[in-house]
Formats: sequence, C-alpha cells, structure tokens
Amino acid sequence: MTAAQERLPRLLALVPYLLARPGIPIDEAATDFGVSAKQLRKDLELLWMCGLPGYGPGDLIDISFDEDTVTIAFDAGMRRPLRLTGAEATALLVALRALLDAPGVAEADAIRRAVAKIESAAGQARPGGVEVGLGVREAAETAKVREVVQSALRAVRALRISYYTASKDEVTERTVDPMRVLIVDGRGYLEAWCRRADGVRLFRLDRVDEVVVLDEPAAPPPYAEPTDTSEGLFRAAPDQRSARLVLRPDARWISEYYPVEDVEELDGGKLRVRMRYSDVSWLVRLVLGQGGEVVVEEPAELATAVREQAAAAVARLDRHLAAT
Amino acid sequence: MFGCGGCRGREQGRYGALVSVARAERLVNLVLCLLSTRQYLSAEKIRGIVPGYSDAPSDEAFFRTFERDKTELRELGIPLEVGRNKVVDTVDGYRIARRDYELGEIDLEPDEAAAVALAVRLWDSPELTGAAHGALLKLRAAGVDVDQAAPTVVESKVRTTEPAFGPLLAAVQAGQAVAFDYRRPSPAELRERTLEPWGVVSWRSRWYVVGHDRDRGAPRCFRLSRVVGEVRKLGKPGAVRRPDDVNLMAFVANTNTSAEPPQSSTALLWIAAGRGAGLRRRARVVGERSVDGIVGDLVELDLQYPDTAAGWIAGFGADVLVLEPEVLAKSVRERLLAAARGPL
Repeated sequence: MTAAQERLPRLLALVPYLLARPGIPIDEAATDFGVSAKQLRKDLELLWMCGLPGYGPGDLIDISFDEDTVTIAFDAGMRRPLRLTGAEATALLVALRALLDAPGVAEADAIRRAVAKIESAAGQARPGGVEVGLGVREAAETAKVREVVQSALRAVRALRISYYTASKDEVTERTVDPMRVLIVDGRGYLEAWCRRADGVRLFRLDRVDEVVVLDEPAAPPPYAEPTDTSEGLFRAAPDQRSARLVLRPDARWISEYYPVEDVEELDGGKLRVRMRYSDVSWLVRLVLGQGGEVVVEEPAELATAVREQAAAAVARLDRHLAAT
Repeated sequence: MFGCGGCRGREQGRYGALVSVARAERLVNLVLCLLSTRQYLSAEKIRGIVPGYSDAPSDEAFFRTFERDKTELRELGIPLEVGRNKVVDTVDGYRIARRDYELGEIDLEPDEAAAVALAVRLWDSPELTGAAHGALLKLRAAGVDVDQAAPTVVESKVRTTEPAFGPLLAAVQAGQAVAFDYRRPSPAELRERTLEPWGVVSWRSRWYVVGHDRDRGAPRCFRLSRVVGEVRKLGKPGAVRRPDDVNLMAFVANTNTSAEPPQSSTALLWIAAGRGAGLRRRARVVGERSVDGIVGDLVELDLQYPDTAAGWIAGFGADVLVLEPEVLAKSVRERLLAAARGPL
C-alpha cells in the first residue's frame, strides 16, 4: 500500500483509539500507529475538519489538546474501529495458531484465549486459505536443553555449553552470553555472544550436548547485534571458497537446503550449482554421503579428495569383509 | 493549535472556497455521513452533502470520483449497503450499517495481548505483515493495549519469498483455478499442472499449495519453490470450493513425513581415535580395537532410519568402519564406491 492508501485506515482507527485513551501523549499514539508525531498531528488536523452532515460547530469531530496530549471531545459517531477484514483476521489468527505449535513460546492457554476472543470479535471474516505449521522437531533431550537455556535467559545468566560444530565435526566447550531463542526452519536455536569466538553465534539446540547455567550474569557486549536471518542461516563470508557441483536428481535437495548460486538445469533432471564452503572436510563429508549423486567439477583438489577418501574407505571395508 | 470550535464550519466558506478537499478528508466525511444515515442516500444526494464532491466540474467527473471512492471503501472492507428506500425510487442509494461496520467488543488480558504481539511479529511477508499490522491497529483502536517491544522468550519468522506465493494466495482467496509449470526433482520432470487450489500451507518454513489436481483427479500438494515461471489463472473466480473435510496442514505434513514408522536397530561401528565426533556424540563406546594398525573405539549406535544413516556414516569415509549389521555395511560401501568412481 502507498502512504496515501495507508492513511485512510489510520484515520478511521484514530478516533476510537483516542476515545479509549483520553489524554494520551501524542508521541505515544504516534508510536502505536507507526508514524511520526508530525504525521499524527497532520492526521488530527484533517480529522478536525471532518464530521457529520451540517458540518457546523456541533457536528465536527472535536479534539482538545493539552500540552502534548490529546483527547477526543466529540467523536461524530466514530466510536468503534472498522471490523477486521478476512485478510487481517487470517494473518493474525494463523500466526497465533502457529505459535501453539512452537515449544516454549508463550502459554498455550493464553494463545487459545486470544484466538477465541479475536474470532468472536471478528465475526464472520472469511477463512483465508493460509495455514502455518512451524513443525518443530524436538527430541526429549533437546527440550531439556531449551528449558535450561530459557531459564538462563529469564535469569540473565551466562551458560557453559558443550557444542557440536558440524562444519568442523568437533565438540567444543564454550562460555556464552545468551541473547534469545529462535526457531528457524523447524529447529530451535540459541543466539548468544560466544566468548570463545568473540562474536554472536547461533547454536542449534539439538547440537548442544551439555548445558550448565553459570552464576555469573549474561553480559553480551553492547555492540552484539542480533543475527539477521531473513536470508536464511547460511551467509557468504569473505574467506569462503566455492565449488562447482553437479547434483543428480536424488541430490537436488541440497540446492533447496543450502544456498547455491549460478543454478543451471542440465539434462536428466541434473542441476549444476555453485556452492560456498568454509571447511573442506565438511563438503567432503556431504559429497561422500551422497554416494555419487553429487559430482564435483571444481575445484580439482576437492574432486580428488572425495575420490581418494572414498577409495580408501572402500578398501578398508573390503579388507574387513575379506577378513571375516 | 487548532482547538477553537467554531471556526472550521462550512458556513465560513472554508470548504466552498477550496478548489479541492483532500481525498482522505472526503472519504472520512463520506464514511461518517453513511454511518449516520438510516435512509439510503442516492449519489446525487451525497454529492450535495459531503464536502468535496461539489468541486466536480461535471456530472461525469463526479460519478467517476464517486465510483473510485466506493471501490476504495470496499477494498478496506467497509460494508457499503446498496438499496432503495421506497419501491418508487428510481436510483439506488447507499448507507453503512453500523453493526456490520464496527468491530465487536474485545478485551484482552495482558498475556493474551503478549501472544498477539508475538503473532504479529511472526510474519515477514509483504502480503501478511501488512494485514497483521492492520489487525493490530484495529485492536488498539478497540482499546486493547499491545506492547510490541515486549521481549519474547522464543522468536520465529515466517517468510514468503517465493514469487508464486502472492498469486497462489490470491487464487485461493478468489476461489479460482490455476495452471503453472512445476519441476519435480526425482524422477526429474518439468510439466504444467492444473490445480483447483484450496490453501497455501507453510510447513517447517517451506510453502506448499494444496488442492485438487485436475490432471491426476486427486488432491495433491506442490512446493512453491518448485513452481517455474508465472502462475496463470483459469476460469472464473468463485468456481473453486474447498471441501469441508480436508485438513490442509495434516495433508502437507503427512505427504512430507515418511509413511513408514522408524525401524530402530543398533549398529556396531569402529571409529578411529579422535575422529567422527558427530557419530560419537550419538554412540556408546563398548570397546577398543585397531583396524589397519589404527587405534580406535568400538561403538554402538542406535539408528532409526537406516537409509539416511548410511549417507551420514559414509560421509566419515575411512575414519569409520561398519561392522554390523551387514546390510548397513553394504549400503555404506555402495555409496562410497559410487563416490570413488567419480564422474561417469
């Protein structure tokens, strides 16, 4: 919507909003409406020109100001907001229902009560044809980790974690200052300041093998910025290399799971992609596990590493099978 | 400061003198006028009453403006009633029934309002973020206090980045059939699908459209990221009706979850010392052994999905050796052999 199209809904909502909050500071109202105080004053000036047919002194919306606060003295019959549209009711209700599915988000009971109240107030707004399931997979031990992490967040305490880093295939001990828990692609993550890495890191909760709440307070440095996950969890880094891979049909999922570039459709449902990686051993593990469904075209060293490691593993298996 | 009551009225010539009254102002006055009347007001009557319309230089210009204004009100969801006061009336009139216009009474407890704040923040989508904010605006106008800056214990975002999302949602809401090119990965196939869409569903951050597949004559779901190119509308809006007994979420979740129940089995593995951390954290060490002169551990590993496990284990290459069961050892060997062969 353009600014002009957003204005009318705001104008229609403003009078009942102010009616419910006599003497509200203009700044506060502006914040609630997501506009500047200057814009809100312009809106009020416009409303002040509107009213009921006759448009005489007693017919126009009357607004009284006191310093920086505002009160509606006459509402010209605009006492309630417009009902929710189907799209609005859907956006809110679908999101609320999705939250029911998220572990530890908010009290399920409060969500259900909110849904019931909004449904009844919204009346017969049409169902919107959108549904959302966060589909969080959480094993029992991961739920325990999450509960400990959330208790640390509430108590503002640092954590000692034992964490498995898949890209390096290693488990490390870290002291972290928890910032928030988030759900991305159906998985729970802890975002924290990692004192070992000296930066903000996202830790997959199902890869936290041990967690202990420390006595010391959580103190992320003031410049610790929350991670922007809008482009997904994997981010291109300057020190990353890139590989050119051909994915056969059974390995195409890789192009949907990891960010890839320069995607090129080939015959037989194959896909040529460019993929960034920081750790060679991680990419070798990925490619080996796909059993020939991923072919490395570049770099040559990577292709060689895959072939050699696969051959060495087969030789070891064959020696073992021959011996038994 | 503009608080002096009597200096704004029409009689002062304020409106009459102006060349044009701001469009937003005209629309607010139109809404107030139609809310306040019990009689249907004809367009001509509205023209004479509501400030701004008298500026129209001709009948044609007035009706054009009035039509546009009606459309805008309807797009906002304002229930504009059309009717005649008496049978003898020759033209339609307009009014807004207050009971259809006004949002019902609503009062949220603080924990309910906190849930609403969280729900609004769930969306990261041009189509849905705006709608959720619109709903929030109205709830606030109904007197509900929602603190959007309140910290939350868990955050999540639902994004709609697929280009097909907007057109498919619009088709679902309009009840209109669609056609699109769809790429199925395995077995690989790119072809046109014709669908009567029932709903768009996000499951684990992936969007699907569910509906009646006309080519297959059965319900199907399609992943939005695999839709290639434009979504084309077919037939008339309102032609598609979603069956009452269909559970969209369950349909998508079941389609994307293995139908076979997990078969738990235990594998015996050798892992070279200091290697295979990803396997070790899921395994129990039961002994030690040297393989090819390399020191390592014997571990037991509980597996639920043998096929996925074979790929996972094969990834560790020669650092891991599957001792039991034989079927897993063979499956891992097959993968490694294929990887060793390189490009065919």
